[in-house]
Order: sequence, then structure tokens, then C-alpha cells
Amino acid sequence: MSAKPEIIRRLSSLKLRLEKRAAVFSAVREFFNSNAFIEVTTPVRIRAPAPEPHIVAVPSGDLFLRTSPELEMKCMLASGYGKIFQIGPCFRKNEKGRLHREEFTMLEWYEAGADYLKLIDFTRKLLEFISMKVHGSPRCVFRGCEIDFAKAEIITLKSAFAKFAKRNLLEIVADDKFEEVLVTDVEPALPKDRPVFVKDYPAKFAALSRLRKDDPEFAERWELYLGGVEIANAYSELVDGREQQERFRKAQAWKKYSGEGIYPENKDFTDVLGHGIPECAGCALGMDRLAMVIAGADSIDEIMA
Amino acid sequence: MYEASDLRKGIKIEINGDPWTVSEFDFVKPGKGQALYRCKLKNMLTGSTMDRTFRVAEKIGKPDLEEKEMFYSYADGDFCVFSDAETYEEMRIGKDKLGNQFYFLVENAECKVLFFNGRPIEVTLPVFIEKVIADTEPGARGDTATNVTKPAKLDNGYELAVPLFVNIGDRIKIDTRTGLYSERVSKA
Repeated sequence: MSAKPEIIRRLSSLKLRLEKRAAVFSAVREFFNSNAFIEVTTPVRIRAPAPEPHIVAVPSGDLFLRTSPELEMKCMLASGYGKIFQIGPCFRKNEKGRLHREEFTMLEWYEAGADYLKLIDFTRKLLEFISMKVHGSPRCVFRGCEIDFAKAEIITLKSAFAKFAKRNLLEIVADDKFEEVLVTDVEPALPKDRPVFVKDYPAKFAALSRLRKDDPEFAERWELYLGGVEIANAYSELVDGREQQERFRKAQAWKKYSGEGIYPENKDFTDVLGHGIPECAGCALGMDRLAMVIAGADSIDEIMA
Repeated sequence: MYEASDLRKGIKIEINGDPWTVSEFDFVKPGKGQALYRCKLKNMLTGSTMDRTFRVAEKIGKPDLEEKEMFYSYADGDFCVFSDAETYEEMRIGKDKLGNQFYFLVENAECKVLFFNGRPIEVTLPVFIEKVIADTEPGARGDTATNVTKPAKLDNGYELAVPLFVNIGDRIKIDTRTGLYSERVSKA
């Protein structure tokens, strides 16, 4: 018999991991369904992705592959769908690495009336539920360290910079060294024995989140880290139409200047902003990375067919 | 110049006038932030290491490196004399550039010499070279086990472990990457 083709060897070696991945996906659906969310499907090929610096959409004919389902899901929120979730492919150009693929699977959900702090509690419960379903325990081992999903650490980004990098966050941002210090000093030092929610990002990195009313230098945004790996990003969503248009204008200007390329205006979303989006919070979570952590894999290559 | 997107494991770059090898490499991109290439670098002159991140648009120096085939001729004090395989031109290279590899040089060994800005910085020997055992305890006749060893010396003083059956005057093969005994070529 001839030797097995490489693709068959690779896929069959992934079998146990991909079964765990499937268990993670079905646990996620079960959790959202039992919390009265409805699963939605919005288009993958879209005319106008949200303009964001450093995130580049892959063209698809005269359209683009979505970088996230955010704007389309916010249109649904404005149409009276108060608790929605979606699991599906997203695409970001030139992102390839141990934790990056150009095509990946995003879990994204929105809840009308919620804020980013409520989402922390919900997300921790989601993680614990998944671990119980897959492992029968709230604990799982990732990169040699046991993560206990019954616990959680909530820390502001400012304290994380002060504690782990001994640096002032706003000074680092002003010096344009934010990403370097974050990946070199802060992320590797985050606790690895429990989920870590890093909250309150500088306004410069607010993206589509609302600024804190009591301290507008910071935005109501958090990122979830498991074992030092970034897994999810959540906001109290910005619903002020004028402010949102201003941020899009700045982002488009940056994308034009940097050569990343600009997108057409998303007319539907502009209309929805004019009509009004309810106060809400939302989260985007990388399903491949989550499955990697739950299955104890080292890189996302080991968890994607 | 290189672009940061040219970076990968094994590539050689120049920083502050020194040549560095990229020994580890990863693409990282914090949420909503800009992408970084995170590298571990090894200094090709001193062997020291450092962590360094590069931004996507960053330009990185390309070191002037050239590799030449050269034959080893003889040792002269603190220097080893090599001759260029093409031009036969002789070149003296300090023994310090060779480290332990000096002990494995044999006349006419075909080596690869790496030059940085025209100066030799690294000599790579053939993977296997042959040497004669200068000193060791007498071996037990008929003992062909290779997992039991005893100390032995080459004529230049280099010590290594050899199987019990190897005797003074035997010609052996040494793996220059590890400095370890590989096999016996011929008996004394």
C-alpha cells in the first residue's frame, strides 16, 4: 500500500482535538440557547466592513469578506433582536502565526441593556459551563498550567501596566510603545491559573466602545486572557451616532494615510445610527483559540482542520 | 534592507553594526493594535541573545555576509592558516574564532568560512573528521560493546570517551558538531 497522503496523516492525528473542538462548539450553543439568546447568521461577503486601523479586509469579487459581523449584528439589535449570538468565519488579511490565521471562527454576541461589567460575569459563567461540559470539571490544563474557570481576576489595563511592566500606561501610549510593552512585559506576566479580564482601555484604543463617563480618558472595553493568550474583546457599545461617525472618519483617514485602503460607507449602519441603537454590550471571542485552550493544544494549527 | 515581513527563523540581520541570527520568530497582534514580529536574536560575534520586536513597516539592516570554501593548511601560533578553494590565497584566522573546533582540524579539511564585512567570524568544519588515538588504557580484546566507554586523548590533547575496544593508534571518526566519538575507521 502506498504511504498515506500528508493531509490524511495530519487530519487523522488531530482527531481527539477536533472532537474536543466540536464539544466546545456545542457547549457554547447550549449555553446561549439556555440563556434565551437566538443564533443569527449575517452575510460573510459584505460591501462595507467597519473601518478599523490595523485590521485589513480580504476582497472578494467587488465585495469584502467580513472582518467581524459587528455592524450587521448591530443592525439586528436596532431592529428589536435584544439577545443575539453568531458563530462563523471571519477573515483578516496578513495575519498568520502561532495564534493567527487569515480565516478564523468568531463567536460574537450582543445583549441590549447590558454593559461591559455584566458581560464579564456572563463570560466567566460561559467558560465554566464549557469546561464542565467538555472535561466534567471547572479546571483544564493549558501549556502546563491549570486554569480554574470557577475563579476570575479583573484588573484594569492601567494597573496591569503598573504592576507587570512598572510603567505608566498613558505615558507608554503617548510614546507609541503600547503594543511592544503589552506583548513583551504585560501579557506574559498575567496570571495563568484563572481567567483574567483586563479592562478600561485608553480612549485611543476604544474602537467601537463607549468612553467612561467618570473618566473619558478610558473606554469601557475589556479583553479576556486565558493562560496569557488573548481570547475575547468586549465593549459597552458606542451608540452615539455622531461620535461613531467621527471615529469612522478618523479610522478611514488613518487607513488611507497608512496605505491599508479605505472601505465604502456602510449606508445601512449609518441609517441605523440615525434611527438609534439601544444601549447594549457585546463581545467577540476567537473560537479557535478557545478550543485550543480547552483542548490543551499549543497552537491553533492543532485545532483547525 | 529587509522589510519586517521578510523575517523568519534562521534569517541573518544587522543591528547596531553587529550581525544577528533570528533564532525564534512569531507573529503577534494584540487586539485592535498593530502587528509585531517578536524575535529572539543571537549575536553572531559574541553569542549573546536578546528579545526584539519589529513593526510591520520597519526596515531592517542586511549584514554583508559571505561564505567561502577554504582548506585548512596548518597552525601558526595563535592562528590557523586556511587557503581559498578557488584562488588558493592564504588567510590567517585567530584560534579564538574556532573554539573547540580547533581540535578537530586536519590538514586539507574543507571548511566553510563565514565573513562579515570581509572579516572571518565563523568556521564550520566537515561534519565528520578522522583522528588517531594518542593515548588510552589498553582495551579488552574481543569486547565489541559500544555502550561502555573509557577516556582517550588525541595528539593535540583533546579528551573524549571511546568504546573499550579502541586502542592507541586506532583511527576514529569524530562528529564535529558534538565533539563525540562516532566510529572506528581502522585499527592500529
